[in-house]
Amino acid sequence: MQPRIIRLTINQHSHQVAVMPNATLLRVLRENLGYLDVKNGCEKGDCGACTVLLNGKPVNSCLVFACQADGAEIITAAGMGSLDHPGVIQQSFADVGAAQCGYCTPGLVITTKALLDENPEPSEEQIREALSGNLCRCTGYGLIVKAVQIAAQRLAERHEEAQR
Amino acid sequence: MQPEFDLVIPQSLHQALEMLQSSPAPARPLAGGTNLVVDMRSGRTISAALINISDLPELQEIQVSNGELMIGAAVTIASLQKNPLVRQHCQVLVQAADVFANPLIRNRATLGGNLADASPAADCAPPLLALDAEVELANISGCRRVSLADFFIGVRKNALQTGEILTAVYIPVPATGMSSAYYKIGLRKADAISVVSSAVSVKINDTRQVEHARIALGSVAPRPLRAVQAEACLRGYPLTAQTIKDASALAAREASPISDLRASADYRRKMVEVVVSRLLGQIKAQLKVQE
Repeated sequence: MQPRIIRLTINQHSHQVAVMPNATLLRVLRENLGYLDVKNGCEKGDCGACTVLLNGKPVNSCLVFACQADGAEIITAAGMGSLDHPGVIQQSFADVGAAQCGYCTPGLVITTKALLDENPEPSEEQIREALSGNLCRCTGYGLIVKAVQIAAQRLAERHEEAQR
Repeated sequence: MQPEFDLVIPQSLHQALEMLQSSPAPARPLAGGTNLVVDMRSGRTISAALINISDLPELQEIQVSNGELMIGAAVTIASLQKNPLVRQHCQVLVQAADVFANPLIRNRATLGGNLADASPAADCAPPLLALDAEVELANISGCRRVSLADFFIGVRKNALQTGEILTAVYIPVPATGMSSAYYKIGLRKADAISVVSSAVSVKINDTRQVEHARIALGSVAPRPLRAVQAEACLRGYPLTAQTIKDASALAAREASPISDLRASADYRRKMVEVVVSRLLGQIKAQLKVQE
C-alpha cells in the first residue's frame, strides 16, 4: 500500500497531505493535521462525535476515507470560532450550559450549523430530528435544544441587523 | 482494527467496472461506506481493493422516462428525501428514507448500498418491493435488469456476480388510483434497525374491487419479501374490514421471523399482522378520499 497526496481545504486553510488508502478522514484530521477538536467517540458511525461538514453536509468523518474527500471543503468546530472569538452557536451552547463533559459538543455544533444554514427557524421537533445522529451521554439533550433555539434567534437578529 | 486494502478512485463508471475486474480479489465498490467501513474495520468483510463510486455522475441521476422512475445507485438517502420526482412518484420510499438511521448517515448512505448490503432489515427494500422495482446490474460487457425480489437471495446475499455493480433502481410510475403506505417499528425514534417494517400498495378498479395488491415485509425473514398469499386473497374483492383482517393474518403466517436481541419471533409475527392491518386500513381511508 502506497501513500498518496490529497488536498483538503479545512476551515478555509488549504492542506496537502500524504495519506494511506485506508486512512479515514477522522484519523487524518486528528493525527496527520492536528485537528483535535474532531473527536473519536465510537469510530463506527453510531455516535456523531466525529461530525464535520464535508462540502456543506454534516457527516461522520469516521466513515469517510480521506482519499474519498480529496479536493473537498471541510469545516470542523474549530473553524466556527475560538475561545477568544467564539461563533454564535458556540457562544449559545456556553451561555445555556449545554455541555458537561464536552465530548459530543464539537459534533453538535457542526450539526447545528448545518441545520440552521438550511432551516433558520426550526421547531423543537425539527431540532431533535436534526441532532438525532449526535449522541450525548451527559445532558439529556434539554439544554442542547435550548442552545440551538437561542443560536437560531441570535443568528436571525444578526441577519436583520446586517440588512439594515 | 485498520485493515489493509487499496482504494482506487475511478473517474467514470466504465473505469470503475474495469478497475473492479482488474483489481486484486476480493474487490468491492465503495459508495457511502456506512456499512462497508464498519464491516471492514470489524473484520466482518475483507477486501483487497475498494473502488470508489460515490462521486460517479452516471450513478447520481434521478429521472422519469418510459413510465419508469430511475434512481442512480449512488444517490444518497438524504437526496431521496428531498428530490421532487421521488416525492411525487414514490412517497413510500421517502417515508422509509425519513426514518433511515440518522441525518448524518443519510448524507452518505446510498440507495444502491442499502440494497446491495441485502440485510433482511434494509429500510429501502419494502417500499421498492411493493412498487415492483427492478435493479440494473452492470459489468464491463453490458448490463442486465433483475426484479428486486430476485435480487435478494438470502441474509446479506444478493444476485450480483463477480465484476458487477448495482447501478440503478427502476420503479414503474404508479398508476392513478394506486395508494401506498409504509410503517417501520423500531426500538427508538432514530438510528433504529427495524424490528418489523412493511410497505403496502393497492389499486382498486372502477367497481371498487382490488385489482392489484402488494404487501412487502422487512425484518421477518432471511430476506425482504412479499406476502404473496395475502396479496392474492385481496385481489378481486372490495377492501373491507374482513378482507383486511384475513390478509393481515395470512401475511403473518408467510413471515418466518427469528428471535434476536431486538425482538422475539412471536412478537414480530404478531406485529406483521398489526402493521399490515393498519397499513391496509390507511389505504382504505386514502382511497375513499380519492373518491
